Amino acid sequence: MTRVIILDYGLGNLRSVKKGLEKAGAEAQISSDLDVMASADGVVLPGVGAFSEGMEKLEKMKSALYEYVKDRPVLGICLGMQMLLDVGEEYGVHEGLKLVPGAVRHFPVNDSFKIPHMGWNNIEITQKSPLFEGIENQSYVYFVHSYYADTKPQYTLTKTDYICPFASSIRNKNAYGTQFHPEKSGTTGLKILENFINLL
Amino acid sequence: MTLTKRIIPCLDIKDGRVVKGTNFLGLRDAGDPVELAARYNEQGADEVVFLDITASKENRSALIDVIRRAADELFLPLTVGGGVSSVDDMHSLLRAGADKVSINTSGIKNPDLIRQGAEKFGNQCIVSAIDVRRNDNLSDDVTIISMPDGSECWYEVVIYGGSKQTGIDAVLWAKEAERLGCGEILLTSMETDGVKEGFDIPITSKIASEVKIPVIASGGVGKLEHFYDGFVYGHADACLAASVFHFGEMTVGDVKKYLADRGVPVRI
Repeated sequence: MTRVIILDYGLGNLRSVKKGLEKAGAEAQISSDLDVMASADGVVLPGVGAFSEGMEKLEKMKSALYEYVKDRPVLGICLGMQMLLDVGEEYGVHEGLKLVPGAVRHFPVNDSFKIPHMGWNNIEITQKSPLFEGIENQSYVYFVHSYYADTKPQYTLTKTDYICPFASSIRNKNAYGTQFHPEKSGTTGLKILENFINLL
Repeated sequence: MTLTKRIIPCLDIKDGRVVKGTNFLGLRDAGDPVELAARYNEQGADEVVFLDITASKENRSALIDVIRRAADELFLPLTVGGGVSSVDDMHSLLRAGADKVSINTSGIKNPDLIRQGAEKFGNQCIVSAIDVRRNDNLSDDVTIISMPDGSECWYEVVIYGGSKQTGIDAVLWAKEAERLGCGEILLTSMETDGVKEGFDIPITSKIASEVKIPVIASGGVGKLEHFYDGFVYGHADACLAASVFHFGEMTVGDVKKYLADRGVPVRI
């Protein structure tokens, strides 16, 4: 069975990610052990929390993660996705993992929109990718975030519009990321997790 | 592409069971939380809220167990609140499977808790639950709300499950909670809670217009049209209900169909 490690860097909702991956057919394990990670088929970088705190906690795992992503896929979810980018602008400017070119920016303030962008919104598939195999265009997925990925179209897999169009999922080589929470997006989300597992 | 309006069943939990009362009193047993949550998941609920109204330290483990069991079956967002009084409390709920934590009484007593939680877990993780009650004793430093019948009043924040007045203006507190970093406001009016005559539109729409974060209207649903009113007149981003769902008077699907037919964007 495909073994996926959910990287435990001290933040985030790890349990639901684990349950989602299991439901989608993987053997999932929460771990902060870098040897355990090195032996896994895939890694999920989960995601609830603040950018600076996440990067700080991830600091000592960074080099192992870089080594890992050379030949195996990583899926960042929400904050986990944001940290894949070059730089984040939450509570100051902080360096990200730089696995996907781009920046994490706060939504522009607009009186007719609430921030965070919280709830179910559509994804427009802008690039064919195994991660979205069998996913209907404009499917609803669950978002909770105040910051968004600002990246180029070649790294964008899906686009969502809220205040401004933004990359709701990204990819550069083995680094995949979704701004939304697949583990919280019902059957659509479980299918995306299953697709990730099938990549491994 | 549109962000849809959310329908959120709320499960008040006491000693591991779902309960429901009127104006915060007269509790009735309404079933097993995990069973109910799974049913709402099937019905297409956009989110589920668990509010632990036991809130005593001894029964904390029962709540954690409920969250864990629910998180195993639910692949949708889960907010948990009740008795959250420290960053450690938040962490343990998130660990068990909650996506967001709601802070009520302890946020009033220690507003810095909202800021600490937001900094540690992100703004979107912290829900400020505000219970309010109408107060007719007007003064200069309160936010005057004009009621449909022409009367004027203000809304006061109440804590400890509605049993204690605070003298705090609800509108000002909502803005302060936003400033401190909460990502959402869960507004429950004691005037309407459990009465089934609709949400408290005057205070809901006032707070929704004063803050830039989403507002969840809570307390008072009895009919389908009350959801419509909550979104259209209360300007709520989400509507929360309990007994109408628990006692099978309507399903989440019924509500969504009703709203979709009337042009309110919902996820179906």
